[in-house]
Amino acid sequence: MTAPDGLSRRRLLVKLGVVFNGAVGAILAVPIVRYILSPAIRVRRPVQGSWLSLGSVGQFPEGQTRLATYRSPAANPADGETANIPCWVRRVAGEKFQVFAINCAHLGCPVRWFPQSGLFMCPCHGGAYYSDGSRASGPPERGLFEYSYRVEQGNLLIQPDEMPTPGDPAASLINISIGRPPCV
Amino acid sequence: MRLIEELGAWFEARLQLATPIRETMEHQVPRQSASWAYVFGSAALTVFGLQLVTGILLALLYVPSAGEAWNSLQILNHQVALGWFIRALHGWGSNFMVAIVLIHMVQVFLLGAYKFPRELTWCVGVLLLLLTLGMAFTGQVLRFDQDAYWGLGIGASISSRIPVLGPWIVSLLLGGPIIAGATLSRFFALHVFVIPGSLIAFVGLHLLLVLKLGINEWPMPGRIVRRATYVKEYHELVKKDGVPFVPGAIAKDLFFSGFILLAIAVCAVHFGPFGPSGQPDPTIIQTAPRPDYFFLWLYAVLSLLPPSMETPTLLVGPVIALGLLLALPFISGEGEKSWKRRPIAVLTILLVAVSLGTFTHLAGNAPWSPVMDAGSGEPIPETYLKARTALERQGALVFQAKQCHNCHALGGAGGERGPELDRVAVQLTQDQLIRQVIQGGGNMPAYGKNLSPSETTALVAFLQTLHPARLIPARDASRAMESETGQ
Repeated sequence: MTAPDGLSRRRLLVKLGVVFNGAVGAILAVPIVRYILSPAIRVRRPVQGSWLSLGSVGQFPEGQTRLATYRSPAANPADGETANIPCWVRRVAGEKFQVFAINCAHLGCPVRWFPQSGLFMCPCHGGAYYSDGSRASGPPERGLFEYSYRVEQGNLLIQPDEMPTPGDPAASLINISIGRPPCV
Repeated sequence: MRLIEELGAWFEARLQLATPIRETMEHQVPRQSASWAYVFGSAALTVFGLQLVTGILLALLYVPSAGEAWNSLQILNHQVALGWFIRALHGWGSNFMVAIVLIHMVQVFLLGAYKFPRELTWCVGVLLLLLTLGMAFTGQVLRFDQDAYWGLGIGASISSRIPVLGPWIVSLLLGGPIIAGATLSRFFALHVFVIPGSLIAFVGLHLLLVLKLGINEWPMPGRIVRRATYVKEYHELVKKDGVPFVPGAIAKDLFFSGFILLAIAVCAVHFGPFGPSGQPDPTIIQTAPRPDYFFLWLYAVLSLLPPSMETPTLLVGPVIALGLLLALPFISGEGEKSWKRRPIAVLTILLVAVSLGTFTHLAGNAPWSPVMDAGSGEPIPETYLKARTALERQGALVFQAKQCHNCHALGGAGGERGPELDRVAVQLTQDQLIRQVIQGGGNMPAYGKNLSPSETTALVAFLQTLHPARLIPARDASRAMESETGQ
């Protein structure tokens, strides 16, 4: 039986069926997309109080830069060693510290500290930084990333977050010193 | 015998596949296209088959967990009978597959096979190339060693530079705030389900298009492709001078595929599996991450670009390259097919090949990376220390102790990040040397804070001895006059 406008009963049912499936698909898509995007839309800044100890202040002699490691607060049991994150701790004097991310500000390779020449050097593309983390030479466009820190009951605490990357706006919010040391 | 025939008839009555299969096997191809130049597509398909089989075999034992993946590879390498061989086959198969897909692409480009009406075949092929490279990168991640760990860091750092969306893309890529278990799991899902699934689907589409549109005829200079007449001309050609695919053309494909499989097996036996290198423990920082062979050129480009050009190149370059590849069959869909009449096409291939080759070669010894242990590991050549004063030798010690050697070569050993210093005394005067050491500049860090005046004096005294015997050291003209008038 054909309706006056040429739309048969069967065709209408097919169209309704398509619309119905489309609607159910759209409803199902919401949780699926939410699931896929979950790593990106988690709370991006750490909650207050997620301070982590790097050990007692006494482990870091004044005027020296030492490697320290911490277990990422985001770790889960399957992460194994990958959740042990290294960082460079420079004790400037007294309770004044600088805690640098291990990742080069160019492309994230692990920088190494050379106390004799007072430089951080990157093994990948040859970026170099001065002892205060500022850029010395090579491809990086900025100094090393720094963690915010505080000293409490003789312990050095930092507030670790995600792996710092050059495009992360959060990384540029952390106080960094760019520029050369004054000429001697 | 009769039983087999009856069984065959029973299945055929239900499947009804005999006719389409026979038609596919006997479809006519231009006689001249049954050539050794046309064997790369089928070879890529064969290697893909090998990768599927060896990949499934590896998945029987591989543990896609950040804490266990590296150990499971060690077990495959050392404890499971012939586990190392399956890993080696899969690794070498991957290298061969990327190479064959690239050669196939060059062959299709030079023989004009992308032109009308095969534009879609080309575009699907470009997608297949991207998927193949995606398999290569995700496979490198599944090897979950130090190179994989820091390679992920590099991938994240590059992605983070995408405007606005960068940090979100990094989180999606890593599956969390750091490179850890979730990262490996999602790369496992990509490498084992998502990309191979897409590859199978698009390889099917690619083959269907080849069958529907026919294999490209051998290009003749002067035989012009025109949209209005091409299809008719092609059918006439195939009718007049065609051979059935089986057995007319398939013999060469079979021999070449077999040869490639054999070559992969020989490489696998001779060179063994790839890695894994050190454990994926980020606290082991004594490492110099290097990408796998097919991404070495990118590693070189990232080192050689000026810093300000880097982000635009990284973000815009791939888009332009992809756009050009996809637009190619629509821009030059007609005209000459023969490479003998397409000099720009040949030059483009040469330029790209030479560039990629040069960058890959450069990345082999990575002159832009400091040699991290040259200060302690590479001695200063003896001749540079003979008949020197105590001060000059002290300077040589400073040169080693302050890691100058990490970036500056002496006698061909040491880093190549900065200029080699074998004749620096000819180029710079004493004052210029002091200034360069203390203030740095020209991409050299300033050492003023880390050298005492006596160390600087000794170092510069040593540097001033670095000149060939027949050349006198550079000196300041005004100083020279001063000392002459003083005498």
